Amino acid sequence: MIDILQIFLSESFWAASLRIASPLIFGVLGTLLCERAGVLNLGIEGIFVVGAMTGWMAVWLGAPLPVGVLAAALAGALFGLFHSVLTVPLGLSQHVSGLGITLFASSLASFAYRTALPQVSSPPRIEPFRSLDVPILSDLPFFGTVLFQQTALTWLALIMVGVVWWIMDRTPLGVALKAVGDNPEAVNAQGLSVIRLRMGAVVAGSSLMALGGAFLTMSAFDAFFFGMVNGRGWICIALVIFASWQPGKALVGALLFGMFDALQVRLQTEAGALVPHQVFLMMPFILSIIALVIVARRADYPRALLTPWFRGQR
Amino acid sequence: MSGSILAMRGMTKRFGPLLAADSIDLDLYRGEVLALLGENGAGKTTLMNMLFGEYTPDAGEVRIRFPGGDEEILPPGQPQAAISARIGMVHQHFTLAENLTVLDNILLGTEPLFSPKRSRRRARAGLHRLMETSGLNAPLDVRIRNLSVGERQRVEVLKALYREARILVLDEPTAVLTPQEADSLFAAIRDLLGDGLSVIFISHKLREVLAFSDRIMVLRHGRMIGEMPTSEADAGGIVRMMVGEEQARVDRTVGKPGAPALGLAEISVPASRGHRGLFDVSLTIHEGEILGVAGVAGNGQSTLAQITSGLLQPGQGTISIGGRDVRRLSPARALREGIGRIPEDRHQDGIVADMSVAENLVIERLDSPEIQRQGILRRSAIAAHARTLIDAHDIRGPGPQARTALLSGGNIQKLILARVLEAQPGIILANQPTRGLDVRAASEVSRRLIEARDRGAGVLLISEDLDEILTLSDRILVMHNGRIAETKSRDRAVIGAMMTGGAAA
Amino acid sequence: MIEIVPRGTMRPRIAILIPVIAGLAALLLAAVPLAFAGAPILPAYAQMASGVFGSMFTVTETLTRATPLIFTGLAAAIAFRARLWNIGGEGQLYLGALAAVWVGTGMIDGPPILMIPLVLAAGAAAGAVGLLGPALLKTRFGADEVVTSLLLNFIILIFVQMMLEGAFKDPMGLGWPQSEPILDSAVLPTLVDRMRLHAGFLIAIAVALVAHAVLAYTVWGFRIRAVGGNAAAARHAGIGVKRTILGVAIMSGACAGLAGVSEVAGLKGYLTSDLSPGFGYAGIVVAMLAGLSPIGVIAASLFVASVFVGADSMSRAMGVSSFLADLIVSMSLICMLVGGFFARFRLRRRTTRAP
Repeated sequence: MIDILQIFLSESFWAASLRIASPLIFGVLGTLLCERAGVLNLGIEGIFVVGAMTGWMAVWLGAPLPVGVLAAALAGALFGLFHSVLTVPLGLSQHVSGLGITLFASSLASFAYRTALPQVSSPPRIEPFRSLDVPILSDLPFFGTVLFQQTALTWLALIMVGVVWWIMDRTPLGVALKAVGDNPEAVNAQGLSVIRLRMGAVVAGSSLMALGGAFLTMSAFDAFFFGMVNGRGWICIALVIFASWQPGKALVGALLFGMFDALQVRLQTEAGALVPHQVFLMMPFILSIIALVIVARRADYPRALLTPWFRGQR
Repeated sequence: MSGSILAMRGMTKRFGPLLAADSIDLDLYRGEVLALLGENGAGKTTLMNMLFGEYTPDAGEVRIRFPGGDEEILPPGQPQAAISARIGMVHQHFTLAENLTVLDNILLGTEPLFSPKRSRRRARAGLHRLMETSGLNAPLDVRIRNLSVGERQRVEVLKALYREARILVLDEPTAVLTPQEADSLFAAIRDLLGDGLSVIFISHKLREVLAFSDRIMVLRHGRMIGEMPTSEADAGGIVRMMVGEEQARVDRTVGKPGAPALGLAEISVPASRGHRGLFDVSLTIHEGEILGVAGVAGNGQSTLAQITSGLLQPGQGTISIGGRDVRRLSPARALREGIGRIPEDRHQDGIVADMSVAENLVIERLDSPEIQRQGILRRSAIAAHARTLIDAHDIRGPGPQARTALLSGGNIQKLILARVLEAQPGIILANQPTRGLDVRAASEVSRRLIEARDRGAGVLLISEDLDEILTLSDRILVMHNGRIAETKSRDRAVIGAMMTGGAAA
Repeated sequence: MIEIVPRGTMRPRIAILIPVIAGLAALLLAAVPLAFAGAPILPAYAQMASGVFGSMFTVTETLTRATPLIFTGLAAAIAFRARLWNIGGEGQLYLGALAAVWVGTGMIDGPPILMIPLVLAAGAAAGAVGLLGPALLKTRFGADEVVTSLLLNFIILIFVQMMLEGAFKDPMGLGWPQSEPILDSAVLPTLVDRMRLHAGFLIAIAVALVAHAVLAYTVWGFRIRAVGGNAAAARHAGIGVKRTILGVAIMSGACAGLAGVSEVAGLKGYLTSDLSPGFGYAGIVVAMLAGLSPIGVIAASLFVASVFVGADSMSRAMGVSSFLADLIVSMSLICMLVGGFFARFRLRRRTTRAP
């Protein structure tokens, strides 16, 4: 029989949980920034694809890894700018614009990839981020493996949790962002620009989302595949509700999700003979829906989410 | 009075075909309270929104004179510029972020956005001093969503004062306050006038204007109609100026109460994020009477209305209609039982703006054989029905097939009234039926309600406008904090005291 | 500074013009990626056009490709009318296909007059169930249907793969994960000799007409429009909002399910896990281009299908990535969105005259 306890005690299980959680951390933080400012960003799935493709492509073309990360973030920011122009000053449907961005971004990324590499049978590989292997710390029992043998991108994700928390909770900018997602009129009456705050949040949030995508091709794997994002973006949209739009809870949510996914992979290898492996593949999606249903009733949505704001119309 | 500190010249704003403000001139002097009077839609708020940079004027300029004698023309359409010129505005609809604390709301926009941290000790100390000198108090670390309406109003004023406003615009500040709360707000502001504050005070409550202001300007249809010192003003003359002609105000007539039509017995509802709680609310509406419910907004009137229209199930208590207990009143059931409902927010609950006028006129009776046959809409019958009601109720607009969004507020209310009265309801729930309507439209609504009462309907009239309650009601209830009490008195002071929780008289 | 000014009422002619302009704009914009791919621009457009209108075969291929798009477009249009954000058309399509295969590959057999309606009904029911889930989670628990219906797409696709490797696997399939073929009696007849165009196209047109009639002429359609226009006012007026939403979910899901049936029973003959190249998502584009009008869905499907067929043919001929088709379709959605904005508003430079 499967010894679940043994799984939970193993270092590799926890290391895998954190690894799986990393792209989601970026994605949930990005979603959090957008939604706190009052803008739903269903472009996330496509922005993940763009981030994955751009980061990988930059490195494949010879750029160093950090430049690849920057390129991914920049590409995400561009699509975020696009979404924010459509939804903030023009006030168009955030649902439709977001879906449009997802369709546009993922087909553009795939088109660009295919145009650059018309005839390849197996996707070309890059040298991805390696685990940090911090001297001494990496040799610590347990934590050495779980924390200090991760890649720089996982660490960046963890740092971003702190950065976003600091901004939202400790700076005037965070106060303004929270206000603009609750009642834009409050921000406008105090002489701040609703449009700029919202657009800025969407652009910044989208570049974080793109980093989530970049993690896939530059840390988790070493190549770009079609369909590799596989719903991770949508899962972030569910996770941010579960996290009640708080950075700390976003980290917890992503980690819980990573744990379940890691557990699922291990159970799959142990119980693969008993249950079709697809049952395990479904688990992340089913878990996301269950998590959403549990918190839905008491979810404290930003009050102005989905509501466009126009100057001088009250 | 020393020299003018604000001069607005030729202020003009057009919304589509509507000329909301038509070259208005306005001067404000140091240390005075200037009242802007006028009906809804007269242009008061439009004028102030141009001053504050919320609207860009189509023509006109705003000149600010500083104590040293310098002059500045405010760049149009920039709230930031108005704030820098130390103009503060307390909006009719609160501009507060409910998920933030009082302190966060007051400091919003006063700190550099990109500073790495908030240093608030100084701000906090300054605010405490300000609260002491102004007499306006608010709990700094409580989130707005946990504050009462009166407290929120004080935060709005504090926000402006914290930015050292020299010119304070108050847009209908007392709409949500009890008479006593309003008095203390005025007293606090009066104290500040000596320190050089000037106030522009927008209201349509004549009594307040006469008591509080130094000078009165009257607007009508976007134009400045007249101006006078308050000491020389007389109420009748001002009303004539506001309305344009002598209006036949609705006179109070007495109803002939019959059998009980609708009864609520010991209704209790726990409070939630969506609504205030109710505690042991009992009331009976008889046929042929208007039962008025007075009270400051947010004391449970909306919850009471939701229960009577079937939108909310009470936690405890019973509802009876014509003497029979009704379990689980739903909106559809309420309609079948003959309860006609005029909702508080006519845009949100009253109409589907994208559907036609004709469709909105039949939306409450889709099961009727006049409207449909075997589930198929009878479109010509619906159109004919619409034409009849449009004529009978003088609903003005582009016609029965036009989108309802194109109607004015007054005509939307007529549409709702037409729909409700057509069903000859035995009970009518009228929740703020004249809010936001001009005098003419309001008196038309009042007249229709009296007609319905005289026909034998029992009317539950919920209103924040005490004058309306006093004019129309046969009996008066007062709501405070989710509780309800009847009063025999028709004295404003007595009812006002009950609205703040004083004992019944 | 620039100000947004609402226009007066929109004339119907403009409402029809916007999607046309949006589609053309997207086609023109396609020149940019074409240039990047190094393809000669004008010949590429000529190839696209001949790929659609070149022959009887290409025309019927376009109609064949439009068939599932009409169904999924209707699914999105009907749901969006009631403000139910059904993004799960892709999953519902697969559920419909799965049900068609379950019923149509030997569970029972009979004459076509019996089998075809049976297969259609099974697929429609399965699709309906696929959206009823998210709709119930919305009405019972307040869970956002955008997320649940989206995530369900992934769950259903994995489930289909599981069934194709398990219970539904064709033993004669040489190990490929595909279902047994649909019985001949359940196959939708073709409409033109030696072409792939099948009766599913006519069924799709019929369903669109019915949907139009329901929305415009029935009490049920009135309720749907009222709930979509203003749910609070509809509830206040005694309309059962939750019941209406659940009903809409059944209609919408059924349409998407029929897309799956028509692809399996009309075109492919058996089910594989790559049955749909994203018809569910393309249906959203179709619905938006159609302005959520069921009749408009037919026209918009023809446009999107032409883009797919034309761009595919051009891609093959010129060696351009076939993702170009998806690119054009997604751009037409965005152009439509922007076009809708400029139909309702205009931009004006803010100027203030001196008095």
